[in-house]
Amino acid sequence: MARIVAKRIIAPNTVRMDIAAPKIARKRKAGQFVILRAAEESERIPLTIAMSDPVTGTITVIFQMVGHSTMELGRLPEGGEVRDVVGPLGKPTHIEKFGTVVSVGGGIGTAVALPIAAAMKQAGNRVIGIVGARTKDLLILQDEMKAACDEMLVSTDDGSFGIHGFVTQVLEKTIARGDKIDLALAIGPVPMMRAVCDLTKRHGIRTIVSLNPIMIDGTGMCGGCRVSVGGKTKFCCVDGPEFDGHEVDWDLLVNRQRMYMDAERKAKETFRIAHPEPKSD
Amino acid sequence: MAETPAKKPWEIPRQKMPEQDPKERARNFREVPYGYSPEQAVAEAKRCMQCKNPPCVGGRKNKKTGEREGGCPVEIDIPAFVSLIAKGEFIAAARKIREKNCLPAVCGRVCPQEEQCEKTCTVGARGEPIAIGRLERFAADYERANGGVSPPPKAPPTGKKVAVIGSGPAGLTVAGDLAMLGHEVMVFEALHCGGGVLVYGIPEFRLPKEIVRREIEYLESLGVKFEYDAVIGKRETIDELMKEEGFDAVFVGTGAGAPSFLGIPGENLNGVYSANEYLTRSNLMKAYDQLYDTPIARAQKAAVVGGGNVAMDAARTALRLGAEEVTIVYRRSRAEMPARKEEIHHAEEEGVRFMLLTNPIRILGDEKGWVKGMECLRMELGEPDESGRRRPVPVKGSEFVIDVDAVIVAIGNTPNPLIPQTTPDLEVGRHGTIIADPETGATSKKGVYAGGDIVTGAATVILAMGAGRKAARAMHKYLTGGMRNR
Ligand SMILES: Cc1cc2nc3c(=O)[nH]c(=O)nc-3n(C[C@H](O)[C@H](O)[C@H](O)COP(=O)(O)OP(=O)(O)OC[C@H]3O[C@@H](n4cnc5c(N)ncnc54)[C@H](O)[C@@H]3O)c2cc1C
Ligand SMILES: Cc1cc2nc3c(=O)[nH]c(=O)nc-3n(C[C@H](O)[C@H](O)[C@H](O)COP(=O)(O)OP(=O)(O)OC[C@H]3O[C@@H](n4cnc5c(N)ncnc54)[C@H](O)[C@@H]3O)c2cc1C
Ligand code: SF4
Ligand code: SF4
Ligand code: FES
Repeated sequence: MARIVAKRIIAPNTVRMDIAAPKIARKRKAGQFVILRAAEESERIPLTIAMSDPVTGTITVIFQMVGHSTMELGRLPEGGEVRDVVGPLGKPTHIEKFGTVVSVGGGIGTAVALPIAAAMKQAGNRVIGIVGARTKDLLILQDEMKAACDEMLVSTDDGSFGIHGFVTQVLEKTIARGDKIDLALAIGPVPMMRAVCDLTKRHGIRTIVSLNPIMIDGTGMCGGCRVSVGGKTKFCCVDGPEFDGHEVDWDLLVNRQRMYMDAERKAKETFRIAHPEPKSD
Repeated sequence: MAETPAKKPWEIPRQKMPEQDPKERARNFREVPYGYSPEQAVAEAKRCMQCKNPPCVGGRKNKKTGEREGGCPVEIDIPAFVSLIAKGEFIAAARKIREKNCLPAVCGRVCPQEEQCEKTCTVGARGEPIAIGRLERFAADYERANGGVSPPPKAPPTGKKVAVIGSGPAGLTVAGDLAMLGHEVMVFEALHCGGGVLVYGIPEFRLPKEIVRREIEYLESLGVKFEYDAVIGKRETIDELMKEEGFDAVFVGTGAGAPSFLGIPGENLNGVYSANEYLTRSNLMKAYDQLYDTPIARAQKAAVVGGGNVAMDAARTALRLGAEEVTIVYRRSRAEMPARKEEIHHAEEEGVRFMLLTNPIRILGDEKGWVKGMECLRMELGEPDESGRRRPVPVKGSEFVIDVDAVIVAIGNTPNPLIPQTTPDLEVGRHGTIIADPETGATSKKGVYAGGDIVTGAATVILAMGAGRKAARAMHKYLTGGMRNR
């Protein structure tokens, strides 16, 4: 059991939760995640540790309520308890001084990109953050990202804030500007990561992506999280979650993410009916 | 019940254990055998000849190879407990077993008795051996149903702290033994519940999880503390446990939990599972229970690749989850199948089909990325390989496709590398196993012991427990020998 110390809705359907997990808070490094189970009957779901505070012993997760499990977790009240929190899992991001690092985060991916961008900056890199969302309301972690980057560019698909367009277009302009980019990070929905990788491949920029297949144990025991990178099968939870984006088999990832789509859709509907929308705070 | 004195024990048939009807049980997750009634247990126990030098305990020398074979790996005093059952002293029988085995309700159900205690039973040499496993199960179940286990007196506190990593049979044994000896024991388990393979691997219909839960409660009553959701190596390393958290000794019982795959095309298609994932979804995450949220492929036609206990468990689980047709695909012949005879028999009764001397070479997918078939090759047996079993060789041009919508790969598990990777001075063998002294469990690192599947590779519950017992003895010596670790 882990107590929810604070909870906030930071964008439509997007929850930020600070959870008491002192041992994890002390050990976690950028790029690592936890697996949570909201209640005894719930699924185990992976979420990135967006921030942590070793002093207060809390970790922060930021997630979008997309299906049954994330909705169930999102409905837990502040002061309530999460049944299980296990971590830190996955390999930490490889942090070193590369030079100029561009961090591209789309939607909820910003929550995953933030700790990595912050660690990159701390290691002495010049960090350019490119943050995108469908629309203004969905932009999250603006202040935190700004603090973690030397320069920040924001775009929305509908032009309601910042640059009008996709993050890939912003990245293209940044490359065209003539900056020498030593490393790119692309974190977000698969189509976005894929598009970024297509672009950076053409420009010969090494690109790290953070993959999000379905997971169960997160310790290398089940093989359910397998992804294919450079033609080799990897277990994302122990070998990843970060991989060389130019080597990832995206079609496979998308396909495996859809494995339980029908069951998930049904579960979400039943949950919606049983638990009507709470008022946001 | 009066016996006919003229009949010799081997002339009396072994008491049958009542079971659920195969047709019915193939559709539910309730335990298959019901267990003996007290009358049956007494009748069965009376067949025992009370041998002076009982080979069921110590095994017997094979005249050809000169090697010891059979016997109970933890040397339960079998004639003693069997004779207590014959006298109707069931609780005393259970206590007798507990002197050597802290998980009798588990071992009575899942031990490969035909290779161990029952293999070398004297009565078995001329007829059917005494049903030692079933009697052990009976005594343990009786004890649990009638007031439960009352722990024997515990030694006074020693002030020493021990960390046990992994809550499988090896870890549980170490924890129980060391707690009895007065040490403070903390078990760290990566998953959200305790028991290791006993809860995530072996299905409910073979080992009800309630039994494992009760065994863990018993350990808690001895003062053992459990911390779940604790992945050692990721959260804290062994060095940190010893240097920063004050543990005087550590036992590593992390098992052989990493699944092997076939390495053939199509293996990452949707509907292809490792047996670990399939069984974990069903057992640990209770996918079969409507109350739980876990999804699992409800296959119509499932193929299970492999021939061991794990394959049988996966196949029987697939049936229970509603598959119309479940086929075991195994590359050797029936004689080489490593699964227990009883399990193969149970699977067959329930309608699992066996496709032997068959090796999958490719898994085929439909346009949506789901499994729709598996291409196989027929095999024939050639020369014996290093394991002594005849090596299967492919028959040229024998490719054929079977129609399936799920494939479960059950071809073995290797040790989980998490602990070795994060403990630099821990010596590791070629296959990723931790190197430990077979008599004491001592590893290359001072104060760190190991046992069970992480040392031997995938083996059995009772061997893991045996290793735990030996390690506990050595650790006690180490802890009370005045040696400090800090
Ligand atoms: C290492 C890792 C880190 C992650 N970090 C975060 C995070 O910080 N914040 C966050 O919001 N999410 C994160 N995710 C994704 C998160 O785990 C999933 O959104 C969640 O499991 C969905 O569960 P659900 O039952 O609510 O939805 P489901 O009912 O399972 O799915 C609902 C919808 O979401 C899609 N979906 C399911 N699983 C995933 C997935 N893994 N990735 C993308 N889409 C998926 C489904 O296709 C479906 O359309 C992470 C995933 C991984 C593997
Ligand atoms: C499906 C299946 C059926 C089987 N059937 C039988 C049978 O009928 N009879 C029989 O005798 N044997 C059977 N076996 C084999 C038997 O279950 C194992 O040999 C036995 O469980 C090994 O015990 P163990 O204590 O070494 O490890 P395990 O039971 O594997 O337990 C290890 C535990 O350690 C935990 N762990 C791993 N890494 C870490 C870490 N870093 N930090 C914290 N915790 C960690 C794991 O989560 C797990 O709970 C079967 C195995 C399987 C998979
Ligand atoms: S523990 Fe296993 S081998 Fe030993 S007596 Fe019991 S069933 Fe037989
Ligand atoms: S060998 Fe068989 S008959 Fe002899 S004591 Fe053991 S169980 Fe009884
Ligand atoms: S989640 Fe099970 S191996 Fe990665």
